[in-house]
Amino acid sequence: MSFVFEKDIASALADTAQGAATWRATARFKTGRVAATGQLPDYQELRAQANALKRHAINHLDWYLQEFEKNVQARGGVVHWCQDGAEAADVVLQIAKRRDAHLIVKSKSMTTEEIHLNERLGHHGLESVETDLGEYIIQLLDQRPFHIIAPALNLTRYDVAKVFEEKLGVPYDAEIPRQTQTARAVLREKFLEAGIGISGANFLVADSGAIVLVENEGNARLTTTAPRVHIAVAGIEKVIPRAQDLAVFLKLLARSATGQPLSVYTSFLSGPKRGGEVDGPEEFHVILLDGGRTKLLADKDKRQSLYCIRCGACLNTCPVYRRIGGHSYPWVYSGPIGAILTPQFHGTEMEPGLPFASSLCGACGEVCPVKIDIPHVLLKLRQEVKAAEEAQGAGQAERAAFRAYAFAATRPKIWRLAAKAARAAQRRTPKSVMAAAGPAKAWASEREIPLMPAKSFRELWRERTSK
Amino acid sequence: MPRVALFVTCIVDQLFPQAGLAMATVLERLGYEVDFPEDQTCCGQPAFNSGYAAEARAVAAHTVKVMESADYIVVASGSCATMIGRHYAELLGGEPLKGRVFEFSQFLTDVVQVEDVGAHFDGVVTYHDSCHALRELTVKQGPRRLLSRVRGLELREMEPAEECCGFGGTFSVKFSGISGAMARSKLDAVVATGATTVVSIDSSCLMQIQGAAARAGVELRTMHLAEILAAR
Ligand code: SF4
Repeated sequence: MSFVFEKDIASALADTAQGAATWRATARFKTGRVAATGQLPDYQELRAQANALKRHAINHLDWYLQEFEKNVQARGGVVHWCQDGAEAADVVLQIAKRRDAHLIVKSKSMTTEEIHLNERLGHHGLESVETDLGEYIIQLLDQRPFHIIAPALNLTRYDVAKVFEEKLGVPYDAEIPRQTQTARAVLREKFLEAGIGISGANFLVADSGAIVLVENEGNARLTTTAPRVHIAVAGIEKVIPRAQDLAVFLKLLARSATGQPLSVYTSFLSGPKRGGEVDGPEEFHVILLDGGRTKLLADKDKRQSLYCIRCGACLNTCPVYRRIGGHSYPWVYSGPIGAILTPQFHGTEMEPGLPFASSLCGACGEVCPVKIDIPHVLLKLRQEVKAAEEAQGAGQAERAAFRAYAFAATRPKIWRLAAKAARAAQRRTPKSVMAAAGPAKAWASEREIPLMPAKSFRELWRERTSK
Repeated sequence: MPRVALFVTCIVDQLFPQAGLAMATVLERLGYEVDFPEDQTCCGQPAFNSGYAAEARAVAAHTVKVMESADYIVVASGSCATMIGRHYAELLGGEPLKGRVFEFSQFLTDVVQVEDVGAHFDGVVTYHDSCHALRELTVKQGPRRLLSRVRGLELREMEPAEECCGFGGTFSVKFSGISGAMARSKLDAVVATGATTVVSIDSSCLMQIQGAAARAGVELRTMHLAEILAAR
């Protein structure tokens, strides 16, 4: 188990201010989700449909992506197929050069976080400014998102007041409406100046060649319409077959995410401004990012990880995420979905402990609007971690223990004797000695060790039946 | 007379034998002949959840062999019933022990179709939903209905009852800090109800909650549902 991850967890558990902020915010989302989904009489039916639609789209990904490209082109847009973050950044850089653009405005996108697009563009002298309030705050702080849908969830308004004071030179002010106005004033200027707007995409609609964006602040609308060029960056798994499928997904997405029936703004964008239209960009580009996704397609059990619509519900409900927060996880995706995506994108060796950091309570799978069986994928990944360890000759002590366990558990007589001996030893050993090392030490660090009884069930059963 | 075979689980066998005996008592009072196939050991879940599929498969095959001849297999744990009823198919292929595996409360409510087992227990109790029983077996109202028919017993709901206690097998020692924090939240929820006894159908959850209570110096009884239902 990796040392770094455990240290991160320990410090997160010790950070009570961050812990309290995380607990409060996720509790709000959680209650909202329960209320909002409770209003849908056909909620479970919708989940089943969403799962079926995603399964179909992922199983026919090549076909739908080509259809999407064809329809984007028919409306005057351009599709760029990119293998990785470097290729995606190149596409942006070339467009920026051609259009002589130096400033980029961005709306919230986990996909661009995933490929560190801002840093990549920054290396080439391009300034790219986040315009979602939470993203803007963490950009000022140079932090990565703490939560999939609420990137600055760990920060209080007092934290934000300090950041604005330091980075923007405004007086300390902890009133949220005034903080919003401060950010708004700075960002309005950026919107007017920017040559390019970059957005993500919640859905790529194949039959319409359109992208769909959902948001609450209106900044994505400005990002995609004010600058002369709009570039949407999307993972290839975001494609859905038909516009009518949105009836299913949009009912579930905001409800699962924030508990809203619908996000404040839902934008359906296809192609650049056409002749006679006054609004819209002159150029419309879609970057289709693989970024390792095709690797995930190979495994028919784990492939469902690509169904994710990034609602964040699994984070909000996860008793582990709610206690350790987003920054303890090794990659930009945190919580249960992060625990299954990270090992698949980066290999289990990046953080072998990650799939094990779950009690397998199943709360994530229960709330997932597209019904990803996250515990099942975690179990598969655990097997892969152990197989990899075995191939490298690592984790020998634990493997030996489980082999011994299986040896005894398939030989009743040995099992009986071993259990009896263990019980007798436990009853004779003072707790302080037991708690000195190994699993008992870990147990006793948090809880009292139970005292084993003098007789096992099977012994008592024999006495009972022989009476 | 109908016969049932008990699968008591390794944790009840070694740590909480009274829960297994209570299960037998309740079933016998309902007119069943109760067997305990002596060669049973463990369901294999510790290995399965830790990523050791081959080891889990061997233990699963052993359990199927031992329990094969039973008409009904009644399991003292929602978690182990899930392991046997759901994951064995994945490990062994086919449909091992199909339709014959029941968690204890499930057997009472679904097969025996009984709610009042004639129990008497004086006290205020709260029921903890164990995760696999709740989410994999959808056992939620059954235990509550059984408890509500126990004379002298007052059932109070904790908020939230559905939150994991943090045990999670090896998770409890691999990530003891998180696991301990979860146990303390659970304990707080239990204490807030004013109940003096917490009931569950999984002894492992009870061990976790009891361990946290003892560490916090909180006076609390933990009882398997069977123990309450066997009380007269
Ligand atoms: S895995 Fe499911 S619950 Fe989690 S973010 Fe994705 S869609 Fe939402």
